[in-house]
Amino acid sequence: MKRLSITQTVQTLAIAIYCAGILSSCSTKTTEAEKVLTSGTATPKELPVLEAQLTDAPNVPAPITRKHAAKVVVRLEVTEVVKKLADGVDYTFWTFGGSVPGKFIRIRQNDEVEFHLMNHPDSKNPHNIDLHAVTGQGGGAASTFTAPGHETVFSFKALNPGLYVYHCATAPVGMHIANGMYGLILVEPEEGLPAVDKEYYVMQGDFYTKGGFGDAGLQPFDMGKALNEDPTYVVFNGSVGALNGENALTAKTGETVRLFVGNGGPNLVSSFHVIGEIFDKVYTEGGSKANENVQTTLVPAGGAAITEFKTDVPGSYILVDHSIFRAFNKGALGMLKVEGPENKDIYSGQILDKIYLPEGATIQEMPLAKAPAAPVAANKDQRLALGKTVFAQNCQACHQAEGQGIKGAFPPLAKSDYLNANVDRAIGVIAHGLEGQIKVNGELYNSTMPKLKLTDEEIANVMTFVLNSWGNKGGEVTTQQVAKAKASNKH
Amino acid sequence: MATIKSGTFVPLYGADKAPVPVKAFLLDTYPVTNAEFLAFVKQNPQWQKSKVKRLFADQNYLRHWASDESIGADAAKISNSPIVNVSWFAAKAYCECQGKRLPSVNEWEYAALASESKADATNDERFYQRSLEWYSQPNPQYLPPVQKSFRNYYGVYGMIGLVWEWTSDYNSAMLVDDARSTGSSDQQQFCGSGASNASNVKNYVAFMRYAFRSSLKANYTVANLGFRCAQSSKVSVAQK
Repeated sequence: MKRLSITQTVQTLAIAIYCAGILSSCSTKTTEAEKVLTSGTATPKELPVLEAQLTDAPNVPAPITRKHAAKVVVRLEVTEVVKKLADGVDYTFWTFGGSVPGKFIRIRQNDEVEFHLMNHPDSKNPHNIDLHAVTGQGGGAASTFTAPGHETVFSFKALNPGLYVYHCATAPVGMHIANGMYGLILVEPEEGLPAVDKEYYVMQGDFYTKGGFGDAGLQPFDMGKALNEDPTYVVFNGSVGALNGENALTAKTGETVRLFVGNGGPNLVSSFHVIGEIFDKVYTEGGSKANENVQTTLVPAGGAAITEFKTDVPGSYILVDHSIFRAFNKGALGMLKVEGPENKDIYSGQILDKIYLPEGATIQEMPLAKAPAAPVAANKDQRLALGKTVFAQNCQACHQAEGQGIKGAFPPLAKSDYLNANVDRAIGVIAHGLEGQIKVNGELYNSTMPKLKLTDEEIANVMTFVLNSWGNKGGEVTTQQVAKAKASNKH
Repeated sequence: MATIKSGTFVPLYGADKAPVPVKAFLLDTYPVTNAEFLAFVKQNPQWQKSKVKRLFADQNYLRHWASDESIGADAAKISNSPIVNVSWFAAKAYCECQGKRLPSVNEWEYAALASESKADATNDERFYQRSLEWYSQPNPQYLPPVQKSFRNYYGVYGMIGLVWEWTSDYNSAMLVDDARSTGSSDQQQFCGSGASNASNVKNYVAFMRYAFRSSLKANYTVANLGFRCAQSSKVSVAQK
């Protein structure tokens, strides 16, 4: 409140003194400080001064309703803290604001941001901040290099609307980012974003620990894995389970949900996907153009996307990196719980669960079930060919390959007087079997011929084959003849 | 003090990757402790908490001490722990009062390249991992006594794993010749160009020290920044 009453002159003077104080005395930097003074007095304008309200993930600050630019003061504190990376696994995170990802910053296009970076006195390392929303050297990194126990200030004008990543850029940069030093800053377009019911902040990051996935204890950073881009953990919002169970995002059916999705990396790009939802809109790479009806959107390391969708039916919708081993094996799983009435037209839920029988539901007679639909011979040649197969499969074991039979046990079919004398009787034998003594070519046989499970077609074929083989009398047997002979030659 | 024999090493930064010679010198076995610094300020009141000039030390100077001539309640725990929250000016004055000086960055880095068994552990990745693990741990509430830290090949304690340390030319990596020259002039200040210009990418953790030093100004005092003193070797001076 007090700030509002400060006159422009005093403000400008204060900035000039501050800049002169924090910057070294080298000539170039003095010039910068003078520039602030001159430009400030040359174009006097009164911007209201606002203190930015920063939020921890998954929350985002309320949409900006003012219709004018402001001078927004952002104060972000860097701390190095031990926190949970997974159940039983701790990690030393370097944070912008106490947790990973860093605080969400929300400003409006053409705002002037006075940025304060405070490095906690307990920090072991110096840190700085590179905001991708900044136009200027190092994205602010050059102006915010801050030793432990110090505070640096710079200001920038938010020229471009969009969703931007910020991160630490102090050497070794990769390690600072790998320890969780990243977050999102939203620069709302002057006209604002369309109103939605729910807004959430989800940011992916990859972590590299000395131990394997799930190895307990305080895990040190593993440089080798980081260089090989082989993360132990890939997570949303700083830890395995940060968006699961009680921490799940929530919405009601019929609500519109906007996800501000960032990817801190340091290495992996994300294939961001919500299982069971289609993004009605995706502002690809956090920019101004919206794509529509998107299943999976690519979020580059050091990049962002805004996704929007309407929830139609209740359920647990799973947020994943659809580079899927990361989701189910390295932690990149989140949850959006949607509550409300069902809509069976859109999604029925399960209608039926029953035993599945590949062969069909009725009781089957196995031998016939196994048999393929029997081929039907169209002429005598085909009958011979098919009959040969039936013979080989059903008759050959006893009557032998050349129909010679086995003396004293199985009567011969070759040049068989018994066969050739009465074809219809022979058909009856095949169809019904034969028991008792018969005389074939002068030899007595007293054995059992089993009833064969052959169709009329098969009997016609095999009879035709036999009659035309091994010196028998020839001719063709038809299915009609078989049917008739079966009826008249009952055993 | 321990004798650090003469030799060469390739500093982390430097496009030509040429080895830099380091003359033999003497280096304090331990970083300066709270007890030692207390004795110093008793003798030199201008370096006491309430009397130091702001130009020479910021307002956090000796903030962990109770008063000008007393460490306070934590005295028993930290008397033999490294002194921290001291500015470069104070560290320089301390060493000068001992007839010593602060080591240069090259001297400090050269001595810090030693593992337990080797003077030059440049290619020992396990040695780097130890450093990484220390850098990534938060500061303990009470720093351990200097005698309890890692002892290297030269018999020098705590070069890695205890506190950051002031060097005489701590800000040399930041020296910018002239802002009117091309963009490469400040390649050592920031992330990308600095890293791509490193002579030994495996010694990734050494970036932390250069980065830390670069973030300092001479009147800064930091809760995990101490110092130790060095002395030019009389032998090498005589030879010269």
